[in-house]
This record gives sequence, C-alpha cells and structure tokens, in this order.
Amino acid sequence: MEQELIKTGFLPEPFPTDKEEFVNELTTLNLGPTHPATHGVFQNVLQMDGERIVSGISTLGYIHRAFEKIAEHRPFYQITPLTDRLNYCSSPINNMGWHMTVEKLLGITVPKRAQYIRVIAMELARIADHLVCNSILGVDSGAFSGFLYVFQEREKIYEIYEEICGSRLTTNMGRAGGMERDLSQIAIAKLRKFLIEFPPVMKEFEDLFNRNRIFMDRVIDVGPVSKEMAVDYGFTGPNLRAAGIDYDVRVMNPYSSYEDFQFDIPIGQNGDTYDRFMVRNEEIWQSLRIIQQALDNLPDGPFHADAPHYYLPEKQDVYTKMEALIFHFKIIMGEIDAPKGEVYHAVEGGNGELGFYLVSDGGRAPARLHFRRPCFIYYQAYAEMAKGMMLSDAILVLSSMNVIAGELDA
Amino acid sequence: MPFSNEEIQSYLVETFGIETFLSISKPFGMLTVEVAPKDLIALVGSLKNHPQFQFTFMTDLCGMHLPEQVGRELGVVYMLHSWSSNTKIRIKTFAPILAPVIPTLTVHYQAANWMERETYDFYGIIFEGHPNLVRILNLDEMDYFPMRKEYPLEDQTRKDKVDEMFGR
Repeated sequence: MEQELIKTGFLPEPFPTDKEEFVNELTTLNLGPTHPATHGVFQNVLQMDGERIVSGISTLGYIHRAFEKIAEHRPFYQITPLTDRLNYCSSPINNMGWHMTVEKLLGITVPKRAQYIRVIAMELARIADHLVCNSILGVDSGAFSGFLYVFQEREKIYEIYEEICGSRLTTNMGRAGGMERDLSQIAIAKLRKFLIEFPPVMKEFEDLFNRNRIFMDRVIDVGPVSKEMAVDYGFTGPNLRAAGIDYDVRVMNPYSSYEDFQFDIPIGQNGDTYDRFMVRNEEIWQSLRIIQQALDNLPDGPFHADAPHYYLPEKQDVYTKMEALIFHFKIIMGEIDAPKGEVYHAVEGGNGELGFYLVSDGGRAPARLHFRRPCFIYYQAYAEMAKGMMLSDAILVLSSMNVIAGELDA
Repeated sequence: MPFSNEEIQSYLVETFGIETFLSISKPFGMLTVEVAPKDLIALVGSLKNHPQFQFTFMTDLCGMHLPEQVGRELGVVYMLHSWSSNTKIRIKTFAPILAPVIPTLTVHYQAANWMERETYDFYGIIFEGHPNLVRILNLDEMDYFPMRKEYPLEDQTRKDKVDEMFGR
C-alpha cells in the first residue's frame, strides 16, 4: 500500500538513511540574534541533527553598553538610570539594590516608612517580572490568551509605578537615602485596587495553565537541572529554587526590612521547565502577601533619611535657604566625595541574586563598580542544557530561564 | 554549622601559613584575603571541599585595574558564599600588567567560565587553563582591553564635549 502511494507520487520517497553522504550530516541553525523566540538580542548557533540539537554556542554582547565603564565616570546618583536598563522588566529592584549599596557605603540608615515603600515597589516589580516570563512561556508553547489577560494587570502595576515615581519602564525610582517622594493617597488607592483585582486574574491564569494537559506535556521533564548542576553553574533566583534549593537573598540576608514580613519560599523538585513556571507563579502569590502586609503596617514618619550631603533638599528650601541651595548644587554637580571602602550588596532580583560590588577610592565616582548579573551567570548553562533536546523544547527552556538581554550584556 | 570569620581566618592561616596572605581585612564584615596567583587554586579548593565551611557557590568574579600598584596592577576579585552557614569570603589576587596570568577557577566552579571570559575581555587577564578564553561581550576583532584605566570613557578627539569645569 505504502509502496504504491510512493510510486504514484502521493507520498514522498523515504529519506535514504543508508547512504554515506546523508549519515552524520548536521545542519547549522542560527537561533537569533533577532529570532522572535529569544525575546531579546542574543544568538545561539546550533548544530542540528534533524529536529534535535547536537551542540550549541551562545553568542552575546549585541546590546553591550559598557555600563561598568560609564559608572566609573559618573557621580553616584547618575548611575541609577544605568541600573534601570539591566533587567528592564523589574527596574525598581535594580534601583533599590543600587541605592542600598550606596547607603551601605555611606552608612545611612533609611527610615522604616521608606523601607516599606521600597518593599512594595520591589515586590510589584517581581510580580511584573514573573508575569512577563510566565506568560511569554505560554505564548511560546502556543497559549496566547493568558499573556493578554495578565498584561492588562501588568499595565496596572506600571500605573502604580507612575504614581510612586513618575515613570513606567525605566523607573529611576528612589534616591540614596530614601524615596524621592512619599507614597501618595492615589498610589495607595491604586495599590488597594490592584490587591483586590489582580488575584482573580492570576487565578484564571493558573487555571489556564497549571493543570492544562497540552501545556504539561510540553513542559514537564523538559530541561531539568539537578541541584549540583544549578550550584555549579551559579544559578540563583527562581531557576535555582525550581531545582530544589531554598536560597533566597530576602531570607538569607534580609535587607530593607524583609525580616518583618511573613512569606514562604516555594521550591521545585527536579528543576524542569514546569517547576520553574510553578515556582514563579507561587512567588507572585507570596509577593502579593508581602505587599498586603507592607501596606497594612505602613509606618508613619519620614520617607527619607536625614542626610543633607547626599539626599537632595526640598525644592522650596533650595529657593529660600542658603544651605539647601549649596547642597543642591553640590549634589547635582557631583561634587560630593564618597568615603573610601569596598562593599558588596545583593538583592533578590526578578531572576536571581543581583549584586553590586562597589569600590570607592574616595572620589566622586566609583573606582570600580561590578554588577553581578544573575542571568549572565546562569545563561552559560543553556548550551549544555539544550544538548540532545528538540528545537521546540529548547525554545521553551530559554523562555523559562528568564534571560533578559539588557542584563545579559550590561 | 555556623562559623565566624575568625574561624575561617585561623583555619586559613594554619593551613597555608601567614606568609601566604598578603593582606587580611574585613570591610563591612566580609573577610577579604589577598593571595598570590600561585596559591589561588589550592586555597579555593580547600575552602570549597572543607567539610564545615562548604564554600560551594561562587557568587561573583570580576577584574580590577589599579594603576598605582606598580608591579601588581591587574587583579581579580572572587566572592564565594557558603550557604550552609551564610558566610561570604572575598579573595583577591593581583598580577603585573605586563604578564597578567592567573590560574583559572573553572576547575572548581563552572560558573567561573563566562565570568573569566568577561574579565579577559575587559582587562586582558589571561586565565591559564581556561577551556575557551575568547572575548564574550566585545567584538572579536577588538585589539585593546577597554576597562583598563588608561582608556578614557569618551572619544578624546571630539571637540563638542569638552567639559573642563566638571572634570569628565
């Protein structure tokens, strides 16, 4: 029957696997740098045996902007906008991490109210980051609706950013010493509204995916990472926790009053794509818990530390008081020298431990500033993970690892 | 089991001898030791495989250029983390800029692979024994190491950006 169909031309001739020239023939496939499934400008040169990946080489640096070099020539407050552009899905976390590093160097203690506002902003950013990652994973596996539903909510998060700091994507939020303004009544109202309206949408998103047979078949046991491999390759954040290790900077080295809040660290079992997805979903619920607690227990008091040498004075005072005018001028012109010292501060970013290693030689700008970018470090495991995988699975693994090009290339 | 910086310090001094450590300090509570490149592999290996300390996680690795330290200008800073007791240690090692050779730590941590490539890319530090020491973020054709201090940030031939007053 089959032979007849081939003879009539209805079926193609079978692939001649026994011929010498077709055996061991590999195809080179460029995944990226502008492939829509990479969600950012980076490239993987894959050697393919049919649909299977034999080996891969990751190429990066397409949007390298020399942030570390620029930072050596800028006063500290001008470095905050650079941190925005690392992981641009969760800019407030980067901003706060940088401010806390500077405060650690300068020895400034931030008032409780500012710390709580920072926690709210950072947890909102974490929700936005995880929403992007998980819903894009859905899009890559063929489920588009969830993406549309949660992006409406992400828009509301951005509106809250707007109320807190005035901008949306690259936030430049806060200052060394506190926040630049107090949490307004509108922001609190929007936050309260978000806390009521978001959970049903998140529930719907989970109902669409978590027990969806098609989705589960695509992601379970795809790209598993063992505990040993995760530690060896420097995994942090949800990717590490999906592999079953409960390392979270917020708990291990609490910063900005995280020790005041009750929340759990979700962990996975075998570190596959499904576990990474589920860990992110659960972290969104935990972030909501933290925001609720922070909002309910928001302390009264000032929203910035009393550090006139580093924190910009009120605009009204600049016009009327001589000291304020002097400090304003000196800060804006970057004429304030920082003390000598070297300090490392890490925050739990959207995709892992975001660290700032700052060396100051007593000048106006850092002598050396190194960003520990989590996805730069764990992305090197990707080529290893993709070996032997189907191409379509490798794309899902890439989305589930939450690699952000801005952070990868710095 | 928790342990203090002093315990690590006394262990290191006992095992390797005080003359191995060019400096020991604790800026902002993090134990920082400086060793010569030849002692690096053994030191990190003993910290990683020590049954109590278990520095199994490499947090960070970055290069550094200090032109005023003549003869040992280029350095690498390693940061290791022990999750079992939540302690970090910083290890520094310096090499002369004319022959900046430092052994690779990829033998202990896979995570060091790209971080060492990045350090090579920006500072030109040669990591001896690295499996694939090529540029990672910059162009392959680049013929200098841009994070070294002698390279200014902006193009010095430009006339429209002279800013003497604020010292760019």
